[in-house]
Amino acid sequence: MNSALLINLLAAPALVIAWFTNRTKTHQALLIAWRSFLSILSSILMMVLLIGLILGLFSPEKLSGWLNTRSGWTGLLVTSLIGAVLHIPAIIAFPLSGTLLKAGAAVGIIATFITTLTMIGVVTLLLEVKELGKRFALLRNGLCFFAALVIGWLMEILL
Amino acid sequence: MKQTTKPTKSQTKNELAIAIVLMIITVIVGIALPSVRGRMAQSAWSVAREMLFILPAVLVLMGLFAVWVSGETVNKYLGHTSGVRGVLLALFFGALPTGPLYIAFPLAAGLAQKGVRTSNIVIFLTAWACIKIPQELVEWQFLGARFMLARLILTITAAIIIGSILEQVFSSKILKSKKNEE
Repeated sequence: MNSALLINLLAAPALVIAWFTNRTKTHQALLIAWRSFLSILSSILMMVLLIGLILGLFSPEKLSGWLNTRSGWTGLLVTSLIGAVLHIPAIIAFPLSGTLLKAGAAVGIIATFITTLTMIGVVTLLLEVKELGKRFALLRNGLCFFAALVIGWLMEILL
Repeated sequence: MKQTTKPTKSQTKNELAIAIVLMIITVIVGIALPSVRGRMAQSAWSVAREMLFILPAVLVLMGLFAVWVSGETVNKYLGHTSGVRGVLLALFFGALPTGPLYIAFPLAAGLAQKGVRTSNIVIFLTAWACIKIPQELVEWQFLGARFMLARLILTITAAIIIGSILEQVFSSKILKSKKNEE
């Protein structure tokens, strides 16, 4: 079963049902979809070009040689920091992560990267502090960071 | 207090600038090294094609949920439930594709005011940040079902554990402690 197909099979009937239920709302929803498409368009382009360059310039053997060094906790820590600071949509990060994984990157490193990328936002932290308080926001993000490291470590063991 | 940052136009501009630089590099590499041209184009195209197939559906679903499931709906359901059902609802509403993280914080603050358990608020926020249903499908597509499922289960477990830790710290007084700080 192909998940790309599955999500299209979910979205298409949902859209049809929505259209017959409430046209104004559906129109609004499509507008939101279109706007988010425009806002991530440049990052999609960035990601596609980057993958082309990486896979074009470096042979699979070379890539897996670099990525599969058993970098242990240091590697996890560095990746998790990169993930925490970067602010790219997860949807964009998955193809890049998939490419690196297929090229031989360690599962744990990729899992940690995706997890900190989505769980922790330095950009959104300010807003979280404002709405929920400094102590809460810092503790939650701190614990999430630690959790991401553990998740990466466990993924490395499990998969 | 300073106006808080949403991801703004300037960020999109930066990304566009990076994309243009990458495009120039790609063209230069393509001219200088004809031998890698084919592999470069092929790998870029295969990712682009996959994205083109999956992205419209993801965005349409997110748009539909953003319009249909309002903050009021979330507030109504999460405001009154507790126990295992509360945890499941917090996960469920967090995982619905209803928009970016920065709109979840005011919702969470509203829930806290209403007296919703701290652990459920944390679970809700964490699920909102990293367990979006369409996102999981994209993860499945590019990283495989095993990877996606293992990470999903670990993430849900982590969210519940972090929730209970924070509940020990705050009992149910997130907003009170916020006021004390100021």
